[in-house]
Amino acid sequence: MSSDNDEVEVSPKRERKYSSSSTDSEYVDLEADSFDNLDEDVHYHSKLHKRMSEQTFIPISEREAWKDVVPIEQDDGPNPIVAIAYSAKFKETHDYFRAIVKAKEKSERALNLTAECIWLNAANYTVWQYRRDILRELGIDLKDELKFIEMMIRCNFKNYQVWHHRRVIIEWMNDPSQELAFTAAILEKDDKNYHAWQHRQWAISFFNLFDNELEYAEQLIEKDIRNNSAWNQRYYVISNTTKFESDVLDREVDYALDKILEAPSNESSWNYLRGIMMHDKDGGMGYNRSILKKCEELYNNNCRSPHLLSCIIDISQERISCNDPKDSLFHTDKALELCTDLEEKYDKIRKKYWKYISQKISEKVKSTA
Amino acid sequence: MANNDLNDDFKGPRTYVELLKEILSPEFETHTTREQSKVEKNVLELCKVKKPLLSRNRHISYLKKSITNLSKNYEALDCSRPWICYWTLHSLELLGERLDDDLCSNVVQFLNKCQSPTGGFGGGPGQDAHLASTYAAVNALCVIGSREAYNIIDRQKTYEFLKSLRTDEGSFHMHVNGEMDIRGVYCALAVAKLLNIYTPELFKNTEKWVAKCQTWEGGFAGCPGMEAHGGYSFCGLASLVMLNKSNVFNLSAFIRWIVNKQMRLEGGFQGRTNKLVDGCYSFWQGGAFPLINSILAAESKTKNLEAYWMFDQKALQEYLLICCQDPFGGMLDKPGKNSDIYHTCYCLSGLSVAQNSPEKVVIEPSEVNAVDVTHPVYNIVFETAMKAIKYFSSLPLPEK
Ligand SMILES: [Zn+2]
Repeated sequence: MSSDNDEVEVSPKRERKYSSSSTDSEYVDLEADSFDNLDEDVHYHSKLHKRMSEQTFIPISEREAWKDVVPIEQDDGPNPIVAIAYSAKFKETHDYFRAIVKAKEKSERALNLTAECIWLNAANYTVWQYRRDILRELGIDLKDELKFIEMMIRCNFKNYQVWHHRRVIIEWMNDPSQELAFTAAILEKDDKNYHAWQHRQWAISFFNLFDNELEYAEQLIEKDIRNNSAWNQRYYVISNTTKFESDVLDREVDYALDKILEAPSNESSWNYLRGIMMHDKDGGMGYNRSILKKCEELYNNNCRSPHLLSCIIDISQERISCNDPKDSLFHTDKALELCTDLEEKYDKIRKKYWKYISQKISEKVKSTA
Repeated sequence: MANNDLNDDFKGPRTYVELLKEILSPEFETHTTREQSKVEKNVLELCKVKKPLLSRNRHISYLKKSITNLSKNYEALDCSRPWICYWTLHSLELLGERLDDDLCSNVVQFLNKCQSPTGGFGGGPGQDAHLASTYAAVNALCVIGSREAYNIIDRQKTYEFLKSLRTDEGSFHMHVNGEMDIRGVYCALAVAKLLNIYTPELFKNTEKWVAKCQTWEGGFAGCPGMEAHGGYSFCGLASLVMLNKSNVFNLSAFIRWIVNKQMRLEGGFQGRTNKLVDGCYSFWQGGAFPLINSILAAESKTKNLEAYWMFDQKALQEYLLICCQDPFGGMLDKPGKNSDIYHTCYCLSGLSVAQNSPEKVVIEPSEVNAVDVTHPVYNIVFETAMKAIKYFSSLPLPEK
């Protein structure tokens, strides 16, 4: 479960395309899936990196300000395991970090050293934590910290630590004024980035910033009707700003049905319809006239999207006690037929699921008979 | 489902012509559909030329190299070294391979260097304890399974570490003052259950918090409000199973969501709706199916386990064996990506799930392709997990 260490390579036979600080190493690699925009990221990172590496680098051991500190080597024991062939710079920077932690030094130079460590490996949560301890102790101007963390997120936007750090800093500053624009800028580059959405939701909930969020989610759905993260954001806004009153439900059902008509094969809009209707107090999808009508229209126009058929099957189960005529699209006989169609033709990969559903329907029919 | 309904499961892999019928034909193009079409094209190309055969020996030598020495490229995983140990050891065990005793002992001693004086394990020697590293270290030590491995774990302090991360709501931070999400609950529970340091107080109300992470789609998110996601869904479901509280969430919505995450053409799983297939979700999504079966069996009057899981087990094996193997060893996300140890571990774990339903389903030749059985809750080999649980259950509960 982690993130993006998708791109971490093991074997020496291939060179990585980009340098280590731009990766996505995560612990439990949950986010490993979101790497679609990699090529652009690489480009961006390499520019930033170039700028950094063009600055003259003086080894810490040769810096006047660090003369008094004796670096401490990592203690891997006599027989190291999973030993990484650290670059000289990586090793030295971390050796000095160990020394300042041991001395419990909280100073300007220690703060700068944490930045150097983070630049080499943004996933080092111990370093981030120590950095926060220093920030607090020295009472550093957090506006500068916000600039620093912005750059680090832009370089590592699939990493848990950078986002957590930003959240803590924003909490300390008690100022969310940049959060919507900042996360929007990240989502502009990667519109399904889980961390960015999570940070955005946190800021919205914590500081009550719901006002224009429905429009924002809508914009992203307009841009890519299959952006499921944007659909999730719509649901998040509705569930936090309404009590799913009937006029709200009507509006959301219309919205979902519109989007379904545009692209009946799009799973997101079907899921959204079902998700919204979980809150319906009048019996659910099976009793909603617009939904029933749209399903019939689509089916009669030869739409065979598995999501449409799946929806009709659900409706038939909700209407099991309605005594619909045998030839109705929503009769359970039809549902059983649709399950077979899905198994054999339209959704073969989910054959076992449709057998399971078909069996459940048969049982229900028996028990209501 | 009666078993004989599923006889057709034993037909050979899907034909190329059958696959062509599954190509996406969107009503109109967007970024999502363009990316999806690229992947489908790559997968189809590989299906034309490659046979589903496991390159066992290449993976073994790739993994054995990585357990001792890693290139500079791994600097980004400098805080995940117990993970690298676990991914490697577990992958090797699935492949039927064991490191020699001296090397195992070195791993134990190294992990001990990562153990924090305040309890739990950090990502490397001297680093703060982290819940994910702790989960990885405990799993790695259980895979080694020696008395030395079991006994280096300070169970009392591990318990205190877990306690220090608990929130009032019953969720867990990943480290002291660190981020909080559903991974924390899963890692804490897995560690507590394996080591026999589980107490009801430690996990009071945890199931309520986990249930809040189930989304409108049916899967679980990292925290309430967020999008359903394969990795977090596994954490959520496995947590409820460990808590023995599988009645607090909507199971049929969960099943509907997860079956729909198997890709109709590729055969592998996506992590979220409308995202791309990725080999590692073979385990994060696939691993949920044995758990679903056990919940369904407990609910049914007959208490009988179904013979198969509720997804296409052969199609998943085809994806893993045709599309996710690096010819030089190691496994990967999708065609065109490089291999890495993380994907090697979760592709092999997913392969194990796909094969080891109560009635086995191994694509031929099975002597080449079969891997060992993984435990769907902990993701270490089943026997290995049982042996560890048996050992630690003989030790006393921690003091509160
Ligand atoms: Zn992956």
